[in-house]
Amino acid sequence: MNAPTRNPKLLKGDKHDWEVVIGMEIHAQVTSNAKLFSGASTEFGGEPNSHVSLVDAAMPGMLPVINKKCVEQAVKTGLGLNAKINKKSVFDRKNYFYPDLPQGYQISQFKHPVVGEGVVTVDMQDGSSFEVGIERLHLEQDAGKSLHDQHPSMSYVDLNRSGVALMEIVSKPDMRSSDEAKAYVTKLRTILRYLGTCDGDMEKGNLRADVNVSVRKPGDALGTRCEIKNVNSIRFIGQAIEYEARRQIDILEDGGKIDQETRLFDNAKGETRSMRSKEEAHDYRYFPDPDLLPLEFDDAFVEKLKADLPELPDEKKARFVKEFGLSPYDAGVLISERETAAFFEEVAKGRDPKAAANFTINEFFGRLNKENKTIEESPISAAQLGAIVDLIADGTISGKIAKDLFEIVWEEGGDPREVVEKRGMKQVTDTGAIEKVVDDIIAKNPDKVEQVKAKPTMLGWFVGQVIKASGGKANPQAVNDILKKKLGI
Amino acid sequence: MSELTSLTLAEARDQLRAKKISAKELADAHLAEMEKARPLNAYVLETPDHAKKMAAASDTKLAKGEGGPLEGIPLGIKDLFATEGVRTTACSKILENFVPQYESTVTSQLWRDGAVMLGKLNNDEFAMGSSNETSALGPVLSPWRRKGDNKPLVPGGSSGGSASAVAAHICLGATGTDTGGSIRQPAAFTGIVGIKPTYGRCSRWGIVAFASSLDQAGPFARTVRDCAILLRSMAGPDPKDSTCSDKPVPDYEKAIGKSVKGMKIGIPKEYRVDGMAAEISEQWETGRAWLKAAGAEIVDISLPHTKYALPAYYIIAPAEASSNLARYDGVRYGLRVPGKDIVDMYEQTRAAGFGKEVRRRIMIGTYVLSAGYYDAYYLRAQKVRTLIKRDFDDAWKQGIDAILTPATPSGAFGIGEKGSGDPVEMYLNDIFTVTVNMAGLPGISVPAGRDHNGLPLGLQLIGKPFGEEDLFALGHVVEQAAGPRMIPENWWSK
Repeated sequence: MNAPTRNPKLLKGDKHDWEVVIGMEIHAQVTSNAKLFSGASTEFGGEPNSHVSLVDAAMPGMLPVINKKCVEQAVKTGLGLNAKINKKSVFDRKNYFYPDLPQGYQISQFKHPVVGEGVVTVDMQDGSSFEVGIERLHLEQDAGKSLHDQHPSMSYVDLNRSGVALMEIVSKPDMRSSDEAKAYVTKLRTILRYLGTCDGDMEKGNLRADVNVSVRKPGDALGTRCEIKNVNSIRFIGQAIEYEARRQIDILEDGGKIDQETRLFDNAKGETRSMRSKEEAHDYRYFPDPDLLPLEFDDAFVEKLKADLPELPDEKKARFVKEFGLSPYDAGVLISERETAAFFEEVAKGRDPKAAANFTINEFFGRLNKENKTIEESPISAAQLGAIVDLIADGTISGKIAKDLFEIVWEEGGDPREVVEKRGMKQVTDTGAIEKVVDDIIAKNPDKVEQVKAKPTMLGWFVGQVIKASGGKANPQAVNDILKKKLGI
Repeated sequence: MSELTSLTLAEARDQLRAKKISAKELADAHLAEMEKARPLNAYVLETPDHAKKMAAASDTKLAKGEGGPLEGIPLGIKDLFATEGVRTTACSKILENFVPQYESTVTSQLWRDGAVMLGKLNNDEFAMGSSNETSALGPVLSPWRRKGDNKPLVPGGSSGGSASAVAAHICLGATGTDTGGSIRQPAAFTGIVGIKPTYGRCSRWGIVAFASSLDQAGPFARTVRDCAILLRSMAGPDPKDSTCSDKPVPDYEKAIGKSVKGMKIGIPKEYRVDGMAAEISEQWETGRAWLKAAGAEIVDISLPHTKYALPAYYIIAPAEASSNLARYDGVRYGLRVPGKDIVDMYEQTRAAGFGKEVRRRIMIGTYVLSAGYYDAYYLRAQKVRTLIKRDFDDAWKQGIDAILTPATPSGAFGIGEKGSGDPVEMYLNDIFTVTVNMAGLPGISVPAGRDHNGLPLGLQLIGKPFGEEDLFALGHVVEQAAGPRMIPENWWSK
């Protein structure tokens, strides 16, 4: 496989620098009410074995029937990944024995996946971006779950997940650091959530990653890779890569060689360890599932889905930059979730978008993060936030007061304008009132008056004193003007 | 054999409708004969309570003139069909106590149309066999014996119980499944009619799977008309089986007696195999003559890839079986032999639960799908399959309407006579029938004559996709020409 050298963040070895090469297989649970090949519910958290049909339990003579909704979701996702949609694909059986795999095979797509090559643009914190190639996306069944803690000598099996539809999204080895890998998963998750094809809930295991890691000297051919299975948080993906890359570098610098193997990430210890070697790998004996016809659909099916696609993150970001004049970074923050983008757009409606973006990102998102709340759980509406932005814009309150106002509205609710009125938070622009305070400060600080005349930058001290004395309500511009006049500078 | 059990299905239907007989009488007569016929081992489970209840319900409906097309007709069901609340074993130890919570589509349609279940019929374990000798519940005896010889004979397989029961008059008809000849060969061996419809004509839902791309359900009965009546109820679309056809089901019975004048019948030269017994080729000649006399045009044709069909079949069928049978792992249902760990439990369970022939096919299937062998075996066999289909397509393009061949290379053989050393000896029984499954076509076996031992011989007619009506029309011509029905002498209830 072609994997050009790109050196965003080389790792230092004792002898020289190393380039980490990362590819990923993401398993994303398809958002659908029913399983991929049976009518059983996909609801999370039911009693064990309460969402199991005869097909899921692989009773004799049971047959799979494809769920059209899952196919639509896969095609939608393919469109969102700018990928080739294969109008004909084939379901294969992947054969192996395991107690949580009732049929003795997983129905998957091996040679002919429903979605082919695509590309995802990934944005980094520093504003740079890079592209990750998508190799393919295919549909497959999830397995059940073995429960080892229910009985002293036996294991139990819960088949609720058995047969739930997964999309396996395989990337090309296009990532070169743990940060890039994390950013890729973050971006992919955002796209899936925009599309509504996977909820991206990693805690529930609805999005999990198999991470392929290898290292090489920059410019060399690809090194031998290890696959870290089933990593279920973005943070752990980063940790697993860091650990694994370092492990491989240490082996290579000691003159050893990497064994191709499957490894597990132990998130408690923060390390990876061997699960099975290449020699122990299963022979899955893939062959086309004779119970299912090839999956075929026409252009109209794809066109209909394409027409119904929502505005995707990249488009939205570009629009925010172009239409609102936001920086790419701010736009990126605002579009990270479809809901936050929508919230921002409501706040920005009829207002200065930059001011709206600043207040939304700094105050509002900051507060949500601090309380670990989602936007749906926010006690403040876009209309309330917009009203605060208006109060700043028309000079009724200062930026500093706005923060206090935000606190009050967050905690107690209410119409921001009324709150300002009731609590007397209005900015003082009445020159008479300000002059009184200015005179008072000048009278009390003759030494400082001497100093400011020699060094006009000292004016800031006076401004601060006046605003402090006014309880923060004095308009800074007015204070500035009056001070300058009175001090004669 | 009582008078009631000797009726054809159509006769019984008409007498029931005319209220000359009752469903209860008919069921009771069969239950009584079944008891006497236990030495045949055709039934692995008799369900007299079900039969009586269903017959009583039929009588109520018949009295009101509301009976379905099969109202009150007693049938036997191959033990491969899941029957709700009634033990279904596929005649394997691994499912020895399995009671499904569901009814197969095919049987539920039979009950919908008023049929009465007499019991579950013996078959080769998981339908893997051609003599019904691989059943974990013991072999089935054919009601037929060679002239002047009491040696027990096989009824053929895998639907041996179905064939034996229909021939011995212990049901009016039976269900079967046919993966490589499992309906047509036993029908031929026992002097009755059996049809394997086009792949996708009957739903496979609820039938224990052997080889999914080849398996197809079909009826056994004593006449072509009776098969036509049964197939109409068994066939039809099923949203639960993705490979089942949406085509509406015609009234097949209407094809009985239809003229075959001008129909073009292909005689494939490749079916004249080396060492073919003279009596088989003579029977084939006779069949040609009958159809010609009825106005059909006989055309010599070539199906050049025929000789590769059997080897390719014995790759594809075991490959699918090895995967289909993976679910019998002792985890959720069926036999479980405890082991020291999970892998040991799997191994012990499957070693104890599967018979020798099933184990052999699982191993062959696993081998041909393995990395490094897949292309040489499975993939090549699939290519052969495509060529076999193309052979038939070319024949249809030439204007051929149906193809006439022998059903089997010989008459029935004795229990224990074949395949004990070399399994291929047994596999060769399917030489004329497997091509039909490989191409997904319909094929009917109709009794036509007798071999030198006085045992029945059948002729096979192969039709175009969904050409079942042609087969019934042509089959009826053969049936009429062959003369009176062949009925075995009753030795078992003496």
